[in-house]
Amino acid sequence: MATLLEMQSITKTFPGVKALDQVSFTVEEGEIHALVGENGAGKSTLMKVLSGVYPAGSYDGQVVYDGKPAAFHTISDSERVGIIIIHQELALIPLLSVSENLFLGNEVSKNGIIDWPETFARTETLLEKVGLREAPTTMVEKLGVGKQQLIEIAKALSKDVRLLILDEPTAALQENDSQKLLDLLLELKAQGITSILISHKLNEVAKVADRLTVLRDGATVCTMTRDEISEDRIIRDMVGRDMAHRYPERKRNPGEVLMEVKNWNVWHPELADRKVIKNVSFNVRKGEIVGIAGLMGSGRTELAMSIFGKSYGRDITGSVTIGGRPAEVGRVKDAVAAGLAYVTEDRKGLGLVLDDPILRNISLANLPGISANGVINEAEEQKIAEGYRGAMNIRTPSVHQHVVNLSGGNQQKVVLSKWLFTGPQVLILDEPTRGIDVGAKFEIYGIMNKLAAEGRGVVMISSEMPELLGMCDRIYVMNEGALVGELSADEASQERIMSLIVRN
Amino acid sequence: MSEMTEGEARRAGNPGLVYLRSHLREYGMLMALIAIVIFFSVLVKAQVGIDFLVAQNITNLFLQNSYVIIMALGMLLVIVAGHIDLSVGSVAAFTGAVAAVLTINYGLPVWVVVPTCLVVGGLIGAAQGYWIAYWRIPSFIVTLAGMLVFRGLTLWLLDGRNVGPFPKAFQSLSTGFITDVFGVGRPNVTAILIAVLAASALIYLGWRTRTRNISYGINEEPTIVFVIRNAVIAAALIFVGWKLATFRGIPNVAVSMAVLTVIYAFFTESTVTGRRIYAIGGNLKAARLSGINADRLTFLCFVNMGVLAALAGMIVTARLNSATPKAGVGFELDVIAAVFIGGASMSGGVGKIVGAVVGAFIMGVMNNGMSILGIGIDYQQVIKGLVLLAAVVFDVYNKQKA
Repeated sequence: MATLLEMQSITKTFPGVKALDQVSFTVEEGEIHALVGENGAGKSTLMKVLSGVYPAGSYDGQVVYDGKPAAFHTISDSERVGIIIIHQELALIPLLSVSENLFLGNEVSKNGIIDWPETFARTETLLEKVGLREAPTTMVEKLGVGKQQLIEIAKALSKDVRLLILDEPTAALQENDSQKLLDLLLELKAQGITSILISHKLNEVAKVADRLTVLRDGATVCTMTRDEISEDRIIRDMVGRDMAHRYPERKRNPGEVLMEVKNWNVWHPELADRKVIKNVSFNVRKGEIVGIAGLMGSGRTELAMSIFGKSYGRDITGSVTIGGRPAEVGRVKDAVAAGLAYVTEDRKGLGLVLDDPILRNISLANLPGISANGVINEAEEQKIAEGYRGAMNIRTPSVHQHVVNLSGGNQQKVVLSKWLFTGPQVLILDEPTRGIDVGAKFEIYGIMNKLAAEGRGVVMISSEMPELLGMCDRIYVMNEGALVGELSADEASQERIMSLIVRN
Repeated sequence: MSEMTEGEARRAGNPGLVYLRSHLREYGMLMALIAIVIFFSVLVKAQVGIDFLVAQNITNLFLQNSYVIIMALGMLLVIVAGHIDLSVGSVAAFTGAVAAVLTINYGLPVWVVVPTCLVVGGLIGAAQGYWIAYWRIPSFIVTLAGMLVFRGLTLWLLDGRNVGPFPKAFQSLSTGFITDVFGVGRPNVTAILIAVLAASALIYLGWRTRTRNISYGINEEPTIVFVIRNAVIAAALIFVGWKLATFRGIPNVAVSMAVLTVIYAFFTESTVTGRRIYAIGGNLKAARLSGINADRLTFLCFVNMGVLAALAGMIVTARLNSATPKAGVGFELDVIAAVFIGGASMSGGVGKIVGAVVGAFIMGVMNNGMSILGIGIDYQQVIKGLVLLAAVVFDVYNKQKA
């Protein structure tokens, strides 16, 4: 077998973070090569380097494709030589037909006028290849996620694909749809198409992959052949790392139960038949940091937001008690009054008014706290903001600085300040260290420890298992909307969490 | 970031100029207004041979523009909240018609008619705001529908005819003047006194804010800029007061306008509710997640807009001394243009009351000046359109540069 793709010593740095460190990755012609690793291990970054999303020159190292050095500057450069990437979030346009989507940007036309008969004919051929029986004029929004996935693949085939990259193609699929997709991959392989499959589902990977590469912390750990693949080994390679001294010390002595959530059920806001949270019950004690582990899309954010003022989902059922009393959390206002705060994972989208200065962001959730008779006392606002600037070590020349100009870590401290100013008993922190540099992470950990020491309850949602293990007294493991395990700090290990996730 | 180190500032020259350059956006429109006034003064003198800033014309400027300014106050809130209201012209016409029917057909007194019409305006705003806030129907669509509906209802109510004239009491809503309590008449001592008092109050409040800011260490404005800015504004106020005094005194509408401007400026800058409106326009989702009832605030913004449109409608009707089916055609465009010229952002969350008022005066002075110069309505529209575009391009350019 000839080598189709060779990525040599790829290093890609973002401000403050080394996303890829000397990664080498080789794909043989005609194989299905699985790429696995935790969230943040660098899989997506590597694929973005390959497909030209990060143009040649923005990274170090060499990409050799089909025997020749390649320098892709845009996605169309890589598509021209047959490298097609299908992202986890599908890039189809829901209100256009199957045909229109298939040939979008690549229309069958003459002098700018679309040749519909030819378009439909080609659509039929392509749909047949992927085993999809739908009329070319069907609106894409009418199709399920599984069929949409097949249309993405058909679209790739229409562009004469040689190397097909699938990013978590089965993450949103039902069991039998996943099976169909994997069968299709094997069929394409028989036709000589090479695939890179990024997946968390190890049983699927084991079924179709010829070889498998594990990435961890932006570096290649190993590449194994089909016979060497075993779940245990993959899990060990995915998570094994040194984690001493990355978390500040804390005395752990949780008190009585502070918040208790029972039988929490949530339905998807738009898809009528999709239950997003399935009968989840958990609690957090005074002075305790509780982790919720799980992969992206496992429903952790949806759980938190549905509890916090029913900000997500519909037909929510279940009960919340805070401090022994039933808590009304139906509106954000009520949840805040009950002593709950939710620090979002989406700082820029949901957490901050970016064009406003720091002090206005800090006061936003508790404006009555700085006003008398509905009139804001700006001196008080300033004083409060200065206080948090000191306590949180927000690095800025002035609290009048607009938050859009702050670094991720400082923005996160502003969001934390905003919620602390509401005086919460329980804080739910959703990915509190995402996208911030190592130094700021350590500071955020310190703040969390302080909150726990003050007797508050902290719920920490994170995709980074080491930080959960380093910080939490207890860890709940979540998968596909349900809790699949609860581990004490002593029992918990990355292997155990990962195996709870991938084996459920 | 626009902040400079001290060294850089010294190298760049005069600190006042450096400051102005970095705050062009805030002072630019005020300077543009002054420039436009000077421009027309020179041109009118040269072309027509009369004084642009003659007392009667200044009075006219207030009478002609009061309705735009009053509606711009409400429109600013609507636009800051991230919406738009295209119906204000029709709503103003409709409430004017209601006032006419109540006053003339039913013979009701002013003190019944005015509150009734304000309530009608509020109900209209509520009807539109309901769909926008609670059904999430785009405000552009809802108020476009409202624009048609209330124009039609105006025609129906007036039966396609002009209804007038009005009794003196109703006319004084627009054309009345504050009587001289000192009985001098001309010059109207009350007018001069009010202008001097207003100028002193502005300087005092500005100075108080400034000392407070200095004590927090957040003052940025150099002393020279502060002094010049206040001197210019105070001089302008006293000049206008003096001119008005030599004519018929301060028009009633100028007083209602000024009072409303002060109230709305305070509301937007210093109250919890005002702050929350900026937050929902700045980032709706973040505001909701901060416990702000965005739907209700949006609803209330439209109710408020309806009330102000009703007030403006009555003032226009009083000025024309008759309710006409054609009243208020195109007002919405003047009002929206004024708010955007004043620096508000189409995407919401940004904009100031004072900016909107300055924007309205820029439009008003241009209308008035071009009419005196005898420029045809055709060119007037072209020029106004280009000024609107230029103002917004200037804003965007400044933002990109920063």
